[in-house]
Amino acid sequence: MLRDITLGQYYRANSLIHRLDPRVKLLGTLIFIISLFLGQSIWLYALITVALIAVIKLSKVPLKYITKGMKSIVILVIISAAFNLFLTDGEVIFRFWKLTITREGIYQCVFMIIRLIYLICGTSIMTLTTTPTNLTDGIEKGLDFLNKIKVPVHEVAMMMSIALRFIPILMEETDKIMKAQMARGADFESGNLVKRAKALIPILVPLFVSAFRRANDLAMAMEARCYHGSEGRTKMKPLKYKSRDHKAYIALGVYSVLVIAISIFMKGRFI
Amino acid sequence: MSIIVDKISYIYEEGSSMERLALDNISCVIEQGEFIGVIGHTGSGKSTFIQHLNGLLKANKGHIYYNEQDIYAPDFKMQELRKHVGLVFQYPEHQLFESTIFKDVCFGPKNLGFSDKDTQIAAFNALRQVGLDESLYYQSPFDLSGGQKRRVAIAGVLAMKPDVIILDEPTAGLDPKGRDEILDCVKKLHDEMKITVILVSHSMEDVAKYVDRIMVINDGKLVFNNEPKAVFARHEELEKIGLAAPSVTYIMEDLYKAGFDVDRSAITIEEAKNSILNLLK
Ligand SMILES: Nc1ncnc2c1ncn2[C@@H]1O[C@H](COP(=O)(O)OP(=O)(O)O)[C@@H](O)[C@H]1O
Ligand SMILES: [Mg+2]
Repeated sequence: MLRDITLGQYYRANSLIHRLDPRVKLLGTLIFIISLFLGQSIWLYALITVALIAVIKLSKVPLKYITKGMKSIVILVIISAAFNLFLTDGEVIFRFWKLTITREGIYQCVFMIIRLIYLICGTSIMTLTTTPTNLTDGIEKGLDFLNKIKVPVHEVAMMMSIALRFIPILMEETDKIMKAQMARGADFESGNLVKRAKALIPILVPLFVSAFRRANDLAMAMEARCYHGSEGRTKMKPLKYKSRDHKAYIALGVYSVLVIAISIFMKGRFI
Repeated sequence: MSIIVDKISYIYEEGSSMERLALDNISCVIEQGEFIGVIGHTGSGKSTFIQHLNGLLKANKGHIYYNEQDIYAPDFKMQELRKHVGLVFQYPEHQLFESTIFKDVCFGPKNLGFSDKDTQIAAFNALRQVGLDESLYYQSPFDLSGGQKRRVAIAGVLAMKPDVIILDEPTAGLDPKGRDEILDCVKKLHDEMKITVILVSHSMEDVAKYVDRIMVINDGKLVFNNEPKAVFARHEELEKIGLAAPSVTYIMEDLYKAGFDVDRSAITIEEAKNSILNLLK
């Protein structure tokens, strides 16, 4: 049940995308997200689609796995699509009671759906192909320059990586506690809202107790190994760019240029 | 009461890169009043197996019959099954949540729709059965020692008055004294209350003394299903799969090889002692 949430989970495989430096993937995801919002031309979206499909194919993550994560945002997509469909001004093509649908509304709605789906796909690809440790390593190294203005980059990255590391552990724990309470006859599925909310107490209390216990143990273990933050700390596996990373940067550059060119050239037009 | 397990298989995370066959074609029968030990090393599939017996996991293949009823039939009530087959998870103390021990033990029977009075009687009896001191009943469960917490958790399942109780590694992480106390308490439940007990463990030593039958699981397959003596007699095969017979078995084996006519099938220290003393008479 809880395992259906793929967002933020790592998919083990050995592919080019998996091996890329996390900094490349982070920048790539950022550029991808920006490119989604650079206009509404068919050609732009054709380019984005080709790029996305190519990356998914290269990553060897089954499409089924990516779409599984999509289920959790279906409602969000439907709501924002509805808002766009009914609340956009323009040339009216359909009127029903108080609802009007305009040509612009339909365009907006379609693009909105595509954008949201691509957004989830793009970010899932990054988290599915990068281990949490690698990801925070990438963020830490990539944001190194912020150290100069006294932002504790290492500490924030460490907090992030610990939090990410704990997601699967706590999910597993929730699963176990739920099962244990079900074995004691607990019922999480029936009853009204109040009853269901109450049914969560036997899960939440043990879960919090265990989260605190784990946090405490971890703090103790870190202390015991003399952890003291970033100062003078070296890495066992420092991030180093390889030739594939340089090639990926070039590909990213070409992609950016194409996206910018199309969006300038097609400004304000659909086709 | 009887449970018939008919060729069940179970796969974790089917269809992903982490796919894993955790149970492979397991069949067995569990009868009223038995005391069964389920043994296998860590990761062999013991916990997965027992979660099928009260319907928490559903087999990908195969059937389970409780009292001749197919538990996967659409009209079968899982709640009813869970009432009859109590399952105590590994580290059950992690499931405690109420403000007092007594209230926590009441959780199970209350879920099953017992009346207030019956709930309290059941909780009281269960706490007495696990031998918890009465002065503790109205304290917070979080202040107890590890062994005491575990007994409260076991009482939480016992209070539901199950016909079968399954305990998943009830001695994990306890000191020898705590371990013996828990196991003796389980033994007493079996002898006095006539409850069917399924005890999961990775240690032969723990179960040898108590059980009537041992089921050995290795890599998701049921490899032995026999009485302890018969299983331990094949200790060479057990060693191949990372298990061992109780140390007594080895001592008796060595004594026999050295020319002493001792009882090689002795599995408890008591039996071994008697056999050796007999020889010395
Ligand atoms: N929730 C789960 N998701 C995926 N794999 C699991 C899960 N639980 C157990 N497994 C795997 O199934 C196998 C059997 O596990 P388990 O039944 O817990 O063994 P045991 O209780 O004998 O130690 C192990 O290899 C374990 O990694
Ligand atoms: Mg286990």
